Amino acid sequence: MTDIASSPLEPSGTALGPTSVAAIAATARGTPAPWRLLARRPTFIVGTVILLFWIVCAIFGHAIAPYNPLAQQLLATNAAPSGAHWFGTDPLGRDVLSRVITGAGDILIISLLAVILATILGTALGLAMGYLGGAFDLISGRLVEAVLALPSIVIALLFVAAVGPSTTTLTILVGLVFTPLISRTVRAAVLAERQLDYLSAARLLGENRARIMFGEVLPNVVPAILVEFTVRLGYAVFTVATLSFLGLGIQPPTPDWGADIAANYVGLTAGYWWQVLFPALAIASLVIAVILIADSIEQVLAS
Amino acid sequence: MATFLLKRLGLMVLTLFILSLIVFLAGQVLPGDPGRAILGNLASQSAVQSLDHTLGVDRPLITQYLSWIGGLLHGNLGESYTYQSPVAPFIGAALINSLKLAALAFVIVVPLSILGGVIAALYNGRSVDRIISVTGASLSTVPEFVSGIVLIVVFGVGLKWLPVTASAGAGASVGSQLDHLILPAITLVFVLFGYIARMARVGTIEALNSDYTRTAILKGLPRSTVIRRHVLRNSLLPTITVIATQTGYLIGGLVVVERLFNYQGIGNLIFKAATSKDFHMLEAGILVIGVVYAVATLIADLLLVALNPRLRAEVGQ
Amino acid sequence: MNSDLPAAASSPTAPSSADAPLALSVQHMDVTYRVRGQDRLALRDVSFSIERGESYGLVGESGSGKSTAALALVRYLPGNGRVSNGMISINGLDPLSMDKAALRDLRARTVSMVYQEPGRALNPSLRVGRQIAEVFGIAGQSSGDATASAEDMLRKVQISDPGRVMQRYPHELSGGMAQRAVIAMALAVSPSLLILDEPTTALDATVEAEVLDLVAALRSEFQTSVLFISHNLAVIAKMCDRVGVLYAGELLEQGPAREVFNNPRHPYTVGLLRCIPRRGQRKDTDRLDTIPGFLPTPGQSLTGCIFAPRCALVQDKCRTAEPPFFAVSDVRTSRCYFHEQAPDLPRATPASIPASGADRAGSADGAGEPLVVIEGLSKTFGGNVRALAGVDLSIQRGETLGLVGESGSGKTTLARVLLGLTGPDQGSVVTLNGTPLNPDAQRRPRAVLRALQIVFQNPDSALNRRHTVRALISRPLSRLAGLSGARLRARLEELITSVRLEDRHLPLRPSQLSGGLKQRVAIARAFAGGPEAVVCDEPTSALDVSVQAAILNLLADLQTTERVTYLFISHDLGLVRYLSDRIVVLYLGRVMEVGPSETVFAGPHHPYTEALFSAVPSLDGERPSRIRLTGEIPSAADPPSGCVFHTRCPRRLSTGICESTEPPLHEDEPGHLIRCHIPLSELRTLQRNDSVPSQGGSS
Repeated sequence: MTDIASSPLEPSGTALGPTSVAAIAATARGTPAPWRLLARRPTFIVGTVILLFWIVCAIFGHAIAPYNPLAQQLLATNAAPSGAHWFGTDPLGRDVLSRVITGAGDILIISLLAVILATILGTALGLAMGYLGGAFDLISGRLVEAVLALPSIVIALLFVAAVGPSTTTLTILVGLVFTPLISRTVRAAVLAERQLDYLSAARLLGENRARIMFGEVLPNVVPAILVEFTVRLGYAVFTVATLSFLGLGIQPPTPDWGADIAANYVGLTAGYWWQVLFPALAIASLVIAVILIADSIEQVLAS
Repeated sequence: MATFLLKRLGLMVLTLFILSLIVFLAGQVLPGDPGRAILGNLASQSAVQSLDHTLGVDRPLITQYLSWIGGLLHGNLGESYTYQSPVAPFIGAALINSLKLAALAFVIVVPLSILGGVIAALYNGRSVDRIISVTGASLSTVPEFVSGIVLIVVFGVGLKWLPVTASAGAGASVGSQLDHLILPAITLVFVLFGYIARMARVGTIEALNSDYTRTAILKGLPRSTVIRRHVLRNSLLPTITVIATQTGYLIGGLVVVERLFNYQGIGNLIFKAATSKDFHMLEAGILVIGVVYAVATLIADLLLVALNPRLRAEVGQ
Repeated sequence: MNSDLPAAASSPTAPSSADAPLALSVQHMDVTYRVRGQDRLALRDVSFSIERGESYGLVGESGSGKSTAALALVRYLPGNGRVSNGMISINGLDPLSMDKAALRDLRARTVSMVYQEPGRALNPSLRVGRQIAEVFGIAGQSSGDATASAEDMLRKVQISDPGRVMQRYPHELSGGMAQRAVIAMALAVSPSLLILDEPTTALDATVEAEVLDLVAALRSEFQTSVLFISHNLAVIAKMCDRVGVLYAGELLEQGPAREVFNNPRHPYTVGLLRCIPRRGQRKDTDRLDTIPGFLPTPGQSLTGCIFAPRCALVQDKCRTAEPPFFAVSDVRTSRCYFHEQAPDLPRATPASIPASGADRAGSADGAGEPLVVIEGLSKTFGGNVRALAGVDLSIQRGETLGLVGESGSGKTTLARVLLGLTGPDQGSVVTLNGTPLNPDAQRRPRAVLRALQIVFQNPDSALNRRHTVRALISRPLSRLAGLSGARLRARLEELITSVRLEDRHLPLRPSQLSGGLKQRVAIARAFAGGPEAVVCDEPTSALDVSVQAAILNLLADLQTTERVTYLFISHDLGLVRYLSDRIVVLYLGRVMEVGPSETVFAGPHHPYTEALFSAVPSLDGERPSRIRLTGEIPSAADPPSGCVFHTRCPRRLSTGICESTEPPLHEDEPGHLIRCHIPLSELRTLQRNDSVPSQGGSS
């Protein structure tokens, strides 16, 4: 806006800002902290409850489960749900409920660790690409594009074939696969910040680039990162479950929802629906819980 | 315009080049000694070495890479170890199958999700919007094997309306082929609906809140005209990019669906190649997927430029 | 004491003829927004009317509700807003009780609106012609007729070559042309009422002048009534017959524009006018008055006069009972018990400065070495856009150098180069205290960084919203001034006090502060290192006028106490005149004129300066010469040959020298340099005679 007009009163976008003492306090009081807003939303509450349930299962699974998930009872194979076995048994007579409960552990831990890894790497990369720009951005950008050209399953296939499945491989793999996606979001957020003058002000204080990236830009990018983290968590659960279904993930006999479904879905034609339905519901509920949480965070940040 | 095209093609080539490097490194370097991997731990060292020599993996990496790339560019996709025959025909057949399934899914999901997204935007904040948005998001992240299994159980086993495998058998009629492809296609629709609908929704909301929509309404235009002529024209452009990026998934990412429905597409092919460590097949398959994705995004970019007057002007300079 | 009877509750001017309906009549309108479950009044008991062919101005600062009023009239309030009380009548029709079809018809035929950002008001994917033809289409014309009418309309808004413009897309039009197209759309079917909401705020001054002239001309041609909404008092004074002053949702004063502005009768209007620097006021001798206090919190329930908390004439009666409208005359009303005493409103800020003027270090008499010297400064972007071309300038110690120019002038680029945020082209010389400056700020020694600082235009952008005020000011104290611990805290306290902030502001984040407070934080930050020169880049243009005055006073005071030099960049000529000792006029990256502020303002001056000054509306009345520049500002990528101004210069010489040769910057009078082939002495004669030559003349 570079017009020449005398006595401008109010160009666009001036905040209506009440700043008497009472008013400041009222504003500070009147806008509750984001967490409290979050805690009021029904979607957030539902999602958190479900997630907490599975976290408890992950940690205390073996204590809560009624039976040993690995114990085969060859006299009670393929038993329908009953008083003794709420979720029935599988072809090897193992209690489905126990397997569902204990199956939460690995998938949650792997997904969580993988997404934490991806967030740390992706944020660092995105910050550098967005703020430093130039050749670094150009080259890293091509790398990111190349990786993103392939669906994550395909990359996973490639590397699992190359290195073999194991919990560690899985974690690192999923982490690396998600890094480019997160870096893209962070980079976009950083580019938006670059337009703003406070970065010039920091340069005029003689701040070095690292300090500007981490001390000035990063705090403003955190909300975007938070949303990405939660969304990626949902996708991570998805990916790990899918890989397990394909037999490339968590290896038997460790109870795992995806692997169990893969092993038992042929039983559907024989009518053994419980062996597939309950693990499927477990996956679905965990994923939906994370989605609900991510959605509420996004809604709160948008307001 | 020509410079833009060239630049864009150049970028695509660069990306594919880096992709080929990644694939090559993963396929040739990571697994260790292929000869040993194939023959097993009990084989003798000389047998392993001779197999390595036959496979050509004892040459320096750069040579291997260059000969591989050279072969690719000449249409030689390598030889499958499992089948002891050229990889190309397998990939060709599998690609065609994948394309059929992708096309069907595409034809269903694109109009449906755009409609859903636009409706959600028009009723922004109300229950219709929340339902569409949350449903779409949830369906998207429930793994395909879960939704696929549910569909199989309900429609295939329970109601017996549709076949549970996707392959109609050789020489089947178009109608029969379609019949077999419906369930897997619907599974795919579940996965993609949420994502595309969301982009359409965001784009439409932005267009609805813009100054030019306000101008159109205050001109006295009827709401349907405003939406048709002013809002949609601007809101759907970003959706094009999103749809293009999903093509990579539609072609190669369907590993699970193809396995579930026993369909011989590229996903299934590379899965089998991965489990049997048939690296040439695996690498070639992955590269083909990458190329398809790269071409799809190129077309999307060109479409965007063609449809957005401002981009057209920038590019033309 | 008020011997006047309160005026009738309805609008003060009765319709001139009993049968023709008023173009607009608003009676006791309340507009309420529902925010977080609570109702908030955005407009309270607003009543005004506009006769046929009349132009009415609605003036107000932020939060006044003026834009809300416009939206309410066409029933385009956001979802959570509604007209909760009152009546509206447009041309005899009531928009509030209409069904959808009738409302559409009203919007199509009777009322039109023009908004602030013309580029955004047009659909980027449709050609301009199509969008204008749409309006005719709704009126029932066939497609072919509508297109022809659209082209006709473009001609009427003085777009030459309308056929070509019809085929263009909105992003291909300049701001001025886009606004003309929007005006064409608005007037296409001769509406009874045209609502303009800040229509020229986003435009350059010379372009604005043309658009305002156009609106005035079209108004008489189409006999349209106009509701003109703006924060700019001078523009309203120029364009409107009558005016209403809005404050926090209430109309406080109404009457003929000239009268209200020359003789205001409400303490708010009086205060507002005193905030604006007028001709003859100088920072050395006068301080601007300010309006103490703050706007009421939205949603705060009020008893009594809404302005009472800030009014110097306030008495108990004001706080308990809301004043009705008093008739100041037949045609004027004021909502104040003490409207007669309003002109004698006591000042909030003393008029003359406390310290002696002689205390000011180094006034602009050129004593000693200049602080900053710029020679041959050029800056080219992307290979062919010359933002600056061969600029020579010097800034004297202790002075305020005003930098003036429209878009494309290069004034922001100049500041950025000086500060080291952008590197100049090879061969440019920029020195501070005789030493060349490193083009990259991050490579400059700390002493240099301390010496040169900036106050940015937009405090929302300039302050990191995640840092507290304490952090924002402490950081430069530690980085530039090298302070820490107790000494840092002590200096922090000093700084806070000097910019009139308080301790309670320290733990807050920028989003919790008003615009004025944020800018104070920015100023404190700039002064933290004890700078020698501070660049002020439009420091008040994002602020309300009442806040602006306080900030300007602060800047002037700080200059006295801290003995600092200012490079003051602004598009607001009134401010520049008030604050600056010398002024530089830039056009397309070149210096057109440099000289002492009053000399340049008074004239004679460069033809561009002349056009610039005559384009800007002023509360002090119309300037003698009304030069109107034609055409658009040329692009910096393809500047005109010879004198870059020749394409629009009304005084272009017929010898052709202006097209062929760029005039040098020559010193015609001591301290007064000008880049024109016509010498100052001749310009003096020409400009005094007020003759506007025919070539390249105004439209």
